[in-house]
Amino acid sequence: MGGREANVVLLDENGIRSDGRKVNETRKVTIKAGVLKNAGGSAYIEFGGNKILAGVFGPRDVHPKHMSNPDTGILRVRYHMEPFSVDERKKPAPSRREIEISKVITEALTPAVILEKFPRTAIDVYLEVLQADGGTRCAALAAASVALADAGIPMRDLVSACAAGKAADAIILDVNNEEDQAGQADMPIGYMPNLGKITLLQLDGVLTTDEFKKCIELGLEGCKQVYEIQKSALREKYFSSGDNN
Amino acid sequence: MSQDQFVLPGDIIVTGDYQPEQNVILDGDRLMSTAIGFSEIKDDLVTVTPLTGLYIPKTDDLVVGKIVSHNALSWEVNINSYYPGILTASDIFGKDYSPSRDDLSLKLNTGDIVLARIANLGSRDPLITITGENLGKIDSGELVKISPAKIPRLTEKNGSMIQTIEESTNATITVGQNGLIILKCDNSAGLKKAIASVKMIGMIQYEVNIEDKIQNILDESN
Repeated sequence: MGGREANVVLLDENGIRSDGRKVNETRKVTIKAGVLKNAGGSAYIEFGGNKILAGVFGPRDVHPKHMSNPDTGILRVRYHMEPFSVDERKKPAPSRREIEISKVITEALTPAVILEKFPRTAIDVYLEVLQADGGTRCAALAAASVALADAGIPMRDLVSACAAGKAADAIILDVNNEEDQAGQADMPIGYMPNLGKITLLQLDGVLTTDEFKKCIELGLEGCKQVYEIQKSALREKYFSSGDNN
Repeated sequence: MSQDQFVLPGDIIVTGDYQPEQNVILDGDRLMSTAIGFSEIKDDLVTVTPLTGLYIPKTDDLVVGKIVSHNALSWEVNINSYYPGILTASDIFGKDYSPSRDDLSLKLNTGDIVLARIANLGSRDPLITITGENLGKIDSGELVKISPAKIPRLTEKNGSMIQTIEESTNATITVGQNGLIILKCDNSAGLKKAIASVKMIGMIQYEVNIEDKIQNILDESN
């Protein structure tokens, strides 16, 4: 944080960002549901330069057995970056960062999934980042939620996700890789749009109270846009004509 | 908002004084879907018929299962659900079953296919039974797997669709509620058509004119 790469122009005088977007614009998002045959449910998301594949198994027997809970099911998420997903080869072993993201995504999805219906079982979500370009945790969370719905696992709501942040002293929506590296703050948000609840909120950087409020407001706006794309991905798979409501 | 509609998890089906039933939750006075499916409002009951997901066992359902393993007292059967079906040894050997005298593997082996009925859903895994007419080990036939969510489409209108297929191909079709279907037919052309028809129902998403499509398959090159 704090401008490590000072030579990058993050915001020009016309309010256009380094990749040509306006401050309140997300990158292009496309989602496809049900792309894998062998997984119970799956989804593929392209979130700007991010390419992420999500697969869901279960509910199924818990191994190791001692992890199982007789009162409820458990949700396990593995977020993993492919060695070729970043500029320099990433070692395939889970890093500290991947373990953290797996944890926050698990916690962001748990309020949405009705786990009480499946005592003594586990639902496993596997997230493979094929290409990373900043904001992978939000993209992965959005894909995971579509994959869970595709698997037919009962959910209170879909979880959509989008980041907001601060770069060149402006509040921006959907922080990309350069803005993350050279910007001032990055705030990923997970949101259940129909229940109006935030399930993921992290902040890396420094914001004033006013900026923080603005950031959340803008982030939720982004989440709602992502939510529409998630819905149309599921509609496309299940309700062939695409617009039945 | 219309009476019947396609819904996704989190979609608000209706607001007001209604009772949530299958796959519906209540949030304040909003009734929300928890599944991808088709919502229906009957009187004040709101239900969603899911279009995806594994089989959810119900007592007295007919299921087709595959023996996975056995221990001294029971067989474990894969019934395409969240939990394995448990077939107790006394169900086959009778009440005087004794683990030291009777050998379970003589009756049913790993990999065998059985037609069974869900007997009891306790707090543990569902118990299944093979005592009853036509139940038991399946020796011949073709096994087809479709999504359990599609079974109602196959059996709707008192099984008229199955009757149509059976009559035009001379096949006998046994439908397990868990998405596994056994087809038997003496002539291979008929069997092929019956399998194609059943698979078709498993493949297509929501479509009104399913009967015509089936008829097309059955009429092909007769």
